[in-house]
Amino acid sequence: MKYYVLIKMVPDTVEELVIGPDGKSLDMEAVRPKLADSDEHAIEEALLLREKSGGEIAVVALDSPEVDEVLFTALAKGVNRAVKLTGDWGQLGSIGAAQVFAKFLASDGKLPPDAIVLLRSQAYDDLEGEIGPCLAEVLGVPFVGVVTRVAPADGKVTVTKEFSGGLRGEFTLPVPCVLGIQSAEKPPRYVPIAKVRAAQKTAKIEDVEGTVPEALQAYEVERMYLPEVAGRAQMLEGSVEEVADKMVEVLAQNSLL
Amino acid sequence: MSQGILIWAEHLRGQVSEITFEMLGIGRQLADALKVPLVAAVAGEGVTSLANQLGMADKVLLVENPALTLAPAATQASVLHALFQQEQASLVLVGGTNVSLGVGTVLAIRTKLPYINFCKAARAEGDSIIATSQLFGGKILADTRLPNHRGILSVYPGAFPAEAGRRAGTPELIPAAVEIAPSPVKFEQFIEPETGDVDITQQEVLVAVGRGIQSQDNIPLAEELAAALGGAVCASRPVIDQGWLPLSRQVGKSGMTVKPRLYLALGISGAPEHWEGMQGSRLIVAVNTDPKAPIFDGAHFGTTVDALDLLPVLTEKIKARKG
Repeated sequence: MKYYVLIKMVPDTVEELVIGPDGKSLDMEAVRPKLADSDEHAIEEALLLREKSGGEIAVVALDSPEVDEVLFTALAKGVNRAVKLTGDWGQLGSIGAAQVFAKFLASDGKLPPDAIVLLRSQAYDDLEGEIGPCLAEVLGVPFVGVVTRVAPADGKVTVTKEFSGGLRGEFTLPVPCVLGIQSAEKPPRYVPIAKVRAAQKTAKIEDVEGTVPEALQAYEVERMYLPEVAGRAQMLEGSVEEVADKMVEVLAQNSLL
Repeated sequence: MSQGILIWAEHLRGQVSEITFEMLGIGRQLADALKVPLVAAVAGEGVTSLANQLGMADKVLLVENPALTLAPAATQASVLHALFQQEQASLVLVGGTNVSLGVGTVLAIRTKLPYINFCKAARAEGDSIIATSQLFGGKILADTRLPNHRGILSVYPGAFPAEAGRRAGTPELIPAAVEIAPSPVKFEQFIEPETGDVDITQQEVLVAVGRGIQSQDNIPLAEELAAALGGAVCASRPVIDQGWLPLSRQVGKSGMTVKPRLYLALGISGAPEHWEGMQGSRLIVAVNTDPKAPIFDGAHFGTTVDALDLLPVLTEKIKARKG
């Protein structure tokens, strides 16, 4: 089996997000990029699948700030290939990105018959939509999203998809296919920084020139802004002791003690 | 010019999903403002009984076909596309839920209409619809303009009151025949929620831990507090994904929906996916070192002291108070 994991860098929301001077986008200077959470899980799921039944893993990314570090981390975790699609991607949305990835994955229009594409179910800046179904549509292969378990057998793959309230569903689909991963069966493995540094010396990121997509579907962001603070919490201030005392009072007043 | 608003009614296991009523509520507002019909479409098995609950719509299109129950996004999009053309609709609303994930995106590719994700508000403004999306876990809002009222909105669960979309009365029901190709994706079975040792939906007090709890070693601190309060510990997605607590303790979009008397959130930022599962709690107290964490926008009380410093002190004080 060939596993392709398509990853994306997103702004780390632990850092303060600042609106750019145009009022329509983030100030990218102030952004600290990180790998989208569920992409981290997609890489882990691919590693688990290869451990169980062999195969080869390629992690593929569009060129973007700090993506090299993430690709080397994936190599340090043991993926077989790390590919960077070079080009001027700007603020390419999901549909455009799907077209770029599709051109790379299927230069003749068809995915390899033993390919399973794993990628985030959704990222929190996917304003234009989820990339998984876009890619499946462009490639003409089946897709299931919000997946938490993947079990390939006999040219097919059985997956578990989350609905809500803890309810899940099991689906079977043929390979090749695209799967939107929500979380891997195990927490993403930790790789020591020394191993990443070693990978930087010994392993190589393949630079491949990406193909700029055709006319993109236009939509216009008019304004980006911070939410107005409505119904703000009443803040309990002071030292830890004082805050604890105040909190106990709040609980007592609400008949919780 | 706008010709109508089409809502893709979501249902699961014979029940109309809450998101459907939320979409009917916002759809009604937009339809009245634009003076266009509000049309709902429901596809799957036993759709007539489902359609009877959609009284807020002016009419309901019925696509009775068992193969469409839990059909993949591409198949659902095919049906929606056919109905969209048949109705000459301009605006389509789909649920931003796990069940409907992908339907709107695929429809966008096929119709070349703009698709706006994470929509939490929408209003008519002249010839346009202005849609407001919440991005980056609720930390940023983005307004997008849809010229000529044309586009596809993915409606974020919990953003609109479901009550506004419920209305008694039978709408006009119109059977619609749509040919679909057999899907290569086969639904096999449901997997019921793990019950676990504690049913968090039945607890009056929940101590919830998030990423800010930092390590599995700190979970017992939260458990001691929960024990002192007579409640249980639950968690947001990152904690569950790390394997620090079982799936049965997860609150949020994919996890459980809880409505305890007290929800004490420790180191939880309050991303929309989490908020969806606990917003009905009677008293929400949030502890997070980030004063800008979205959880403080909805919580009743909050503090920015470190949860790990606060936990042992608070537990002792509660024990002392209770005697």
